[in-house]
Amino acid sequence: MNVDFTRIKPYGDTMNDGAVQLSFSLPVPCGEEAREAARRLASQMGLEEPQVYHMADLGENFTYFIVYGACIHTVDFSSIRVPKVDSKQMDYYRINQFIRERIGRKVVVIGACTGTDAHTVGIDAIMNMKGYDGEYGLERYPEMEAYNLGSQVPNEEMLAKAMELNADALLVSQVVTQKGVHIANLTNLVELAEAEGIRNRLLLICGGPRINHEMALELGYDAGFGPGSLAPDVASYIVHELERRIREKAKAR
Amino acid sequence: MEKLRIDPEKIACARQAAGQIAADVDRYIGERTTVAVERTVLRLMGVDGVDAEGVPLPNVVVDHLEEKGVLGLGAAYWVVNALIQDGGSPQKMAERVAAGRLDLTELPREEEETLRRRGEELAREGLNRVRARRIQRDRLVGEWGEGRQPYLYVIVATGDIYEDAIQGKSAARQGADIVAVIRSTGQSLIDYVPYGATREGYGGTYATQENFRIMRKALDEAGEEVGRYIQLCNYCSGLCMPEIAAMGALERLDVMLNDALYGILFRDINMQRTLIDQAFSRMINGYAGIMINTGEDNYLTTADAVESAHTVLASQFINEQFARLSGLLPAQMGLGHAFEINPDLEDGFLLELAQAQLSRQIFPEAPLKYMPPTKYMTGNIFKGHIQDAMFNLVSILTGQGVQLLGMMTEAMHTPHIHDRKLAIENAQYIFNNARHLGEEIQYRPGGRIEGRAEEVLERALSMLEEVEKIGLFQALERGMLADVKRSITGGKGLTGVLTRETGYYNPFEEELRRRVGLPQREGWFHERGLHAD
Repeated sequence: MNVDFTRIKPYGDTMNDGAVQLSFSLPVPCGEEAREAARRLASQMGLEEPQVYHMADLGENFTYFIVYGACIHTVDFSSIRVPKVDSKQMDYYRINQFIRERIGRKVVVIGACTGTDAHTVGIDAIMNMKGYDGEYGLERYPEMEAYNLGSQVPNEEMLAKAMELNADALLVSQVVTQKGVHIANLTNLVELAEAEGIRNRLLLICGGPRINHEMALELGYDAGFGPGSLAPDVASYIVHELERRIREKAKAR
Repeated sequence: MEKLRIDPEKIACARQAAGQIAADVDRYIGERTTVAVERTVLRLMGVDGVDAEGVPLPNVVVDHLEEKGVLGLGAAYWVVNALIQDGGSPQKMAERVAAGRLDLTELPREEEETLRRRGEELAREGLNRVRARRIQRDRLVGEWGEGRQPYLYVIVATGDIYEDAIQGKSAARQGADIVAVIRSTGQSLIDYVPYGATREGYGGTYATQENFRIMRKALDEAGEEVGRYIQLCNYCSGLCMPEIAAMGALERLDVMLNDALYGILFRDINMQRTLIDQAFSRMINGYAGIMINTGEDNYLTTADAVESAHTVLASQFINEQFARLSGLLPAQMGLGHAFEINPDLEDGFLLELAQAQLSRQIFPEAPLKYMPPTKYMTGNIFKGHIQDAMFNLVSILTGQGVQLLGMMTEAMHTPHIHDRKLAIENAQYIFNNARHLGEEIQYRPGGRIEGRAEEVLERALSMLEEVEKIGLFQALERGMLADVKRSITGGKGLTGVLTRETGYYNPFEEELRRRVGLPQREGWFHERGLHAD
């Protein structure tokens, strides 16, 4: 099949049909005017022949729609470059072996949900002994010293712990992102680390459902891990980057 | 005939062990109080509002007494004394303390008998207000009717109470029976209750008495219109647990999340503090006719749902006993559990069914609070919607009491208005379409489901026997629940725990115990030959 990667369109069942499904609510009473409003809105989004297939009254003068249409826009796929964590993926055994052979000491990792965030599901999946989805968490790694500080940890406390334990990497999990609270909190940690003069000694890593690597770099982190990341993803990055930094330091001397 | 043949002997043993565990903790609680309990006494006397710096008056008065080192006698002792000496209302008295115009400890001390007479009067007045709310609820439920169990429970969490009111009313019109207002992240760890209507919050909305009032009014309006009483739920947890109970009782909340074990494990609140707070808060909830919800479901977010199912059951047994000691009826015990097994597991549905049916049979009168899948929700909303459907099917098959509706957008964002609509449609469809399926089903004797139920009960029993030996505090120190270890002197709020001194006075606890028929605490004021009735 011939695909023009400079002009990509959504695909439903025919190349370039532009098929898109979307659903949303409008703060208007349910009725034919509401249906027309939804249709016009979809048009303005760049959907040709928008069809409101489902409309439901939500009460309180709100109406819900499921709309399909054909998208008129295209994107140039061939020109897209996305920064990624580009360390070689290793498994639990290889990572521990790598630490033994190439780093030669235990790697110290501290994890926490910082600020007001109380949702430990993410950090637990990465850190806890049992891990998640069949992958052991960092606490299980014999060549790592992993400390999970839990939830609602102030940034100051996390840094104090980092200095006390001489940590190699800090893992910050942020799940609550309402009103951008995570951005302010993540930025604050970087600023504090810089003020303490320890920023360069640490690998700062953040993770969470609304976090990606590019955003992490923008916020001054070394890496960011989004949804679906597991302990070996994070650990592979940590040990590779740590080893690279140790090598560089040795060279500089 | 019961659907699962489970050994009644084992259930009885588990219940007995849990009873012993709770009784041990209760003895410990009986000798102590907390700043939050004392603030609650003031709130029940009618003290409300904030001082010039925005500090709630109950905090001002309790802090004042703590500073003077006399809080061990109970706030009521000093306040009632001041009222007799000085006249006026508790509110006026608190305002004068806040203005620095009154030192409660410098007034002459009244005779205990006089104190007691005035204290009892205040307790009766305060609790009569609570009773009036309860009667009002019964009347409204009678007039408007209410939804069928499993109740459809949805959450609103906009941060702005006025927006919450709109979303709550919308949910009620769509079919919700219970609307819970999620609290702002971090409220559980602040040692005062914010004041007034609030329009800013993170991940939720602050629990304040004014916010309770605004939501209550909104849901009553919607309830009257749709002809179904809509229950209002909030979070009676964290460092202000009993204060929230008092506020909820006064503003006619209907459901309260109320579980010390949750706070200990997941909010790192000191275990002594929150278990003491819980005992008093549950008494208030019990008397107010509020259904409590416990948080066992959360264990499965940190521990594996297959491996640790028995810890959920064991904790339900313990929570049942704590509730009993505070005078809650079984119909008020929304014991928690959850549908959190990895969806990729072969026959995972059978295990969920076994657990739900087991809880149903062990706690036949409790409106079990069933929590939806969260841990394995992925952002694939279409699969998520099916996971929620499977969860709904288990619930209707096993007769759960309270169905916290799963949202297809779980793990993505706080629910959008139509997420709630789709969740309600999902539950209504399945509940209606399979309403009596449970009555038609008998599980195969000795089959997978029965075998799993037996195994979970067996393990819960041996866990309870172990905890009975070492005590709940030590069990928590060892991380026996949720794989989380907590120390008896660690966590937040320990400084707010006080020993009750000889002569400690809490007329509200005494009156509550009298009204719900619980035995009085030993060695208190009332036992020293003063009490006549």
